[in-house]
Amino acid sequence: MAFYILRRLLQAIPVLLGATFLIYFMVFAMPGNPALALFGERTPNPAVLAQVEARYHLDQPFIVQYLYYLGNVFRLDFGTSFSGQPIGETLLRTFPVTARLAALAILFEMIIGLAVGLWSGLRKGGVFDSVTLVISLVLISVPIFVLCFLGQFFLGYKLGWFRSTVSAGAPIQDLILPALILAFSLVAFNIRLTRSSVIETAGNDFVRTAYSKGLRRSRVIPVHILRNSLIPVTTNLGADFGILLVGATVTEGIFNVPGVGNTLYKAIVIGERPTVVSFVTVMVLLYLVVNILIDLLYAVLDPRIRYVK
Amino acid sequence: MNAAAASTADAPLLQVRNLHVGFRTQNGVVKALNGVDLTLHEGETVAIVGESGSGKSTTAAAIINLLPGSGQITEGEVLFQGRDLAKASPRELEDIRGRLIGYVPQDPMSNLNPVWSIGFQVEETIRANGLATGKKEVRAKAIEVLEQAGLADADQRLRQFPHQFSGGMRQRVLIGIGLAASPRLLIADEPTSALDVTVQRRILDHLATLTEDAGTAVIFITHDLGLAAERAKKLIVMYKGKIVESGPSVEILQNPQHPYTQRLIAAAPSLASRRIAFSGQELGSIEHVAANESDKVDLITAAERRVENLDAKPSESVIVVDHLTKNFKIRQGGFRSTEFTAVDDVSFSIAKGTTMALVGESGSGKSTVAKLLLKLEDATSGTITINGTDVASLKGRALLNLRSRMQPVFQDPYGTLDPLHNIGNTIAEPLKTHGVGTRNERRDRVFELLDQVSLPRVIAGRYPNELSGGQRQRVAIARALALKPEIVILDEAVSALDVLVQAQILRLLADLQGELGLTYLFITHDLAVVRVIADNVCVMQRGRIVEAATTDEVFDNPKQAYTRELLDAIPGAGIQMGV
Amino acid sequence: MSSDQKAPTVLSPDHYVAALDESPISGVDVVSLDEKPSNLYIDAWRDLRRRPMFWISSALIIFVIFVALFPGVFTNTPPNDECFLSNSLGAPTAGHPLGFTKQGCDIYSRILHGTSTSLSVGLIVIALSSITGIIMGAFAGFYGGWVDTVLSRIGDIFFSIPYILAAIVVMSVLSEHRNVWVISLAIGAFTWPSTARVLRSEILRVKNADFVTAATAIGLSRFRILVRHVLPNSIAPVIVVTTLSLAAAIVAEATLSFLGVGLPSTFMSWGNDISTAQVDIRTAPQTLIYPSLALTITVLSFILLGEALRDALDPKARALR
Repeated sequence: MAFYILRRLLQAIPVLLGATFLIYFMVFAMPGNPALALFGERTPNPAVLAQVEARYHLDQPFIVQYLYYLGNVFRLDFGTSFSGQPIGETLLRTFPVTARLAALAILFEMIIGLAVGLWSGLRKGGVFDSVTLVISLVLISVPIFVLCFLGQFFLGYKLGWFRSTVSAGAPIQDLILPALILAFSLVAFNIRLTRSSVIETAGNDFVRTAYSKGLRRSRVIPVHILRNSLIPVTTNLGADFGILLVGATVTEGIFNVPGVGNTLYKAIVIGERPTVVSFVTVMVLLYLVVNILIDLLYAVLDPRIRYVK
Repeated sequence: MNAAAASTADAPLLQVRNLHVGFRTQNGVVKALNGVDLTLHEGETVAIVGESGSGKSTTAAAIINLLPGSGQITEGEVLFQGRDLAKASPRELEDIRGRLIGYVPQDPMSNLNPVWSIGFQVEETIRANGLATGKKEVRAKAIEVLEQAGLADADQRLRQFPHQFSGGMRQRVLIGIGLAASPRLLIADEPTSALDVTVQRRILDHLATLTEDAGTAVIFITHDLGLAAERAKKLIVMYKGKIVESGPSVEILQNPQHPYTQRLIAAAPSLASRRIAFSGQELGSIEHVAANESDKVDLITAAERRVENLDAKPSESVIVVDHLTKNFKIRQGGFRSTEFTAVDDVSFSIAKGTTMALVGESGSGKSTVAKLLLKLEDATSGTITINGTDVASLKGRALLNLRSRMQPVFQDPYGTLDPLHNIGNTIAEPLKTHGVGTRNERRDRVFELLDQVSLPRVIAGRYPNELSGGQRQRVAIARALALKPEIVILDEAVSALDVLVQAQILRLLADLQGELGLTYLFITHDLAVVRVIADNVCVMQRGRIVEAATTDEVFDNPKQAYTRELLDAIPGAGIQMGV
Repeated sequence: MSSDQKAPTVLSPDHYVAALDESPISGVDVVSLDEKPSNLYIDAWRDLRRRPMFWISSALIIFVIFVALFPGVFTNTPPNDECFLSNSLGAPTAGHPLGFTKQGCDIYSRILHGTSTSLSVGLIVIALSSITGIIMGAFAGFYGGWVDTVLSRIGDIFFSIPYILAAIVVMSVLSEHRNVWVISLAIGAFTWPSTARVLRSEILRVKNADFVTAATAIGLSRFRILVRHVLPNSIAPVIVVTTLSLAAAIVAEATLSFLGVGLPSTFMSWGNDISTAQVDIRTAPQTLIYPSLALTITVLSFILLGEALRDALDPKARALR
């Protein structure tokens, strides 16, 4: 197990360096003066421009520039936004809100996904299964922002069940609707995955053997079928998290949730590039860390991985 | 009706009457069992024998009502201690399974849940059947069960997971689970088919001791007639969902009545090697209803023909292998790696037109030797000389030339042919690669080859998935022969086939050898087959050749203890065929 | 042999023999063929032909392609040039079946003319990501060793950045050069690793098959084995993934346009229209709902096609149904 963790962490290093390098490259190796590009459509005065150039070490060789940038990333030093606020501080302030929203969304997703997936997998080909299939396919096809508007319009405005925007401080009850919508954007795939792994597991020899031992159905289903199906579902959580990050940006923007995604959304809309790049960098790092954690969780769930030498 | 009348006064333990089982598919119900009857008394052991698709495993599954997928009992009854299991409620079945009827499945690799420890899986059986309560008691019972099943250090191994166990050990765990509740009946569905012969023998001996001591009745399912007769006094032969013959084992072997049984006995290599030992005694009326010429397969006749062919040949070595060694690097925990010697200082030579068998259990290095010969792997040291040329340095044209003189046939009939190429193209591919002939000439050669392996010519336009395993192996043989090689390397080429098909292919190989003067290297784990096909034998164990001699010497006068163990483990070796 | 049959010995009473006419035996391993040849792709086609899902999705896709190529067949109203503020958020009228946007443009016409944008982005993205993914995946899987290590790590790096986030960065930086090609490149540059991964794992499975070893023993070169035997046997899941990525790419373009880093507002794009309409969601939901519907239906048709293909091409998926 220790070796597995060590190996996984070592593998993450080149990916981490590569990913940050790639982002840096995209921003600073593009045509035109990168310092100028930072200001978008506005034209800065020469003094500010020189300041920016010095700040990003644009007078240094490319690789040195990258190393400076990397150092800044790890100190959460991303410079300041147009309004003069340190980007790192904004990040720290907004992060807990997004974490709460994401946790809530994943919780909803897992509960709905596992329950519905298990039920349709056990009754493959039945009415419930067929209806679920149709709903999942439609759900997969609806882009997240459409889903947000539908939720906002029907559940928030027409039915009045939820507030259609989130109030200051982002209390948990206001987060339920955006979290549900985020969950729904992910859940269809989760249902299908759970369903197919339940069917696959149920067809395994060891399930038959479990019955032959005299075990009751009520024990075989959770202990031998659902437990094993968790492995592929968990593995997929990593990819889900990537979609969740993008989804959070859109959802937080539309529902005005004061989180990381909303800040990114606003920065994109007003073309504030330093903030956009910093936030994307942080999200990518977060994505990498979450994926490492999920790989470790995977090892906990699957002893075959855990004991691989 | 089965004529097995009650031999004791008391009622039978299990009585299956007119059992019909069907599987629902898109094209309607496919019948798997067509009226099976069987009676089993307390403490009795009966063996069900048949080829794949005969319905033997379906019978076993139907008894405990655990038919896979869409399987359903459509007619008949399964009376166990007077209760009809075909109509029992799920609850009743759950109570009977494990407690009264134990089950040992076929494949030890797939029948334990990989995510739970061995201890967990034994303990849940104990709890479900109420054999013990309380954490400590259950644990103690689990250790007892595993120790009884022959797992020496059970208490230390409870926390380990299935993948940390060898196949034999897992099978012992499954036997322990099956017998945990001391059931009245044990159903063992090919319990050792996936294991090496020596392991198989030890485990079956152990199983027999356990069930005899406890007076457990056993239904033993196997594809191996020799094994069945050795392990059970009573034999049931199944064919296409029906029982064709049943009765006392020895009597059936000595005096088979149904033509199918006769065929099966004639084709079983394990029995054939016994019969050769008893001076080729012939079976009475084997041919009386054989459908056509190619079905009349008697391995003894095939073996005799081979000996005749051999006598007429000069002995000139085609293949000389000298001090061949192959090391593999294996990653160990951490970043270290150790060397593993798969082939260790192996030397042998094969004379032109003869068959040399390389025999060994899994992991003995026999298949690595094949890969080295075919130059699919490079040797660490030692030399391989084919027709006087050292193959180590061959490249380009010369290597291509070598390839045309030496061709392989592999084990898995389902992997040996590219599923997307039709049979004609598959057989023609070697010709095309070597630039032999025009399009039309190649087509004619394909037809000629199909004739040689007794396949209809229309097959050329068809794809592998339309063929059976045996037919695919024929195509693989045709492809191997396309370039008119001198040497064919047969790597477990008949191991995955049913006995009758196996016998058919063995005969085809013998015929082709006589006709074309081929030299065979025949790699197998099955010593019984060796007797009917090989002239010389090398026995491999852990990368080394431990014994090399002519086939007759190895069988009649084995020098090494390991060879003797292998010989004793041939199923059916203990049966006295009527002398 | 049959001439000197032994005298029938006495059988024990429990020796049962089935009557021959009740259990006729057939020849061993007799060749029996269906009427038509079959292999994976022939079977898949036969399977597809029977699926309504395949026909519905194909019909929809052909329709979408037709609209993208010839929007003028369905409307005479230009999407941009005949906008009158007097029609702002107006209800449907004759010739304008879906009403008007805030600028007073015809919604119906804008949807029809937006189709080609979505479709071209989708197609360019999958062309880019399939070509890159197939090359990278095939070489990594087939040649293994250090080739695999290097290519797979490169793939991991690109895979580690969620493609929409990556596209957001690229499009923010290239704000002056936003067009269909740039946005497709921005998305495609980060979607190829999933194709590569799928193909690589398929190839790892296929390359150990005996027919590959047999081809080596025949003397085929490594590259020819890859092209003739390994790739055709491992490409099926890539076809499925590609269809599904096309749907994902269309969504990605719409999302980027919605966020404001996609195509400039001069381009007809459903994402742009949805973005503009969001402020009027309560008063004029139709301005938002119709382009959303068009987007969803287009995406759905590719998803359905992908599902049908998966069921037909993957025998394992068929068993799950």
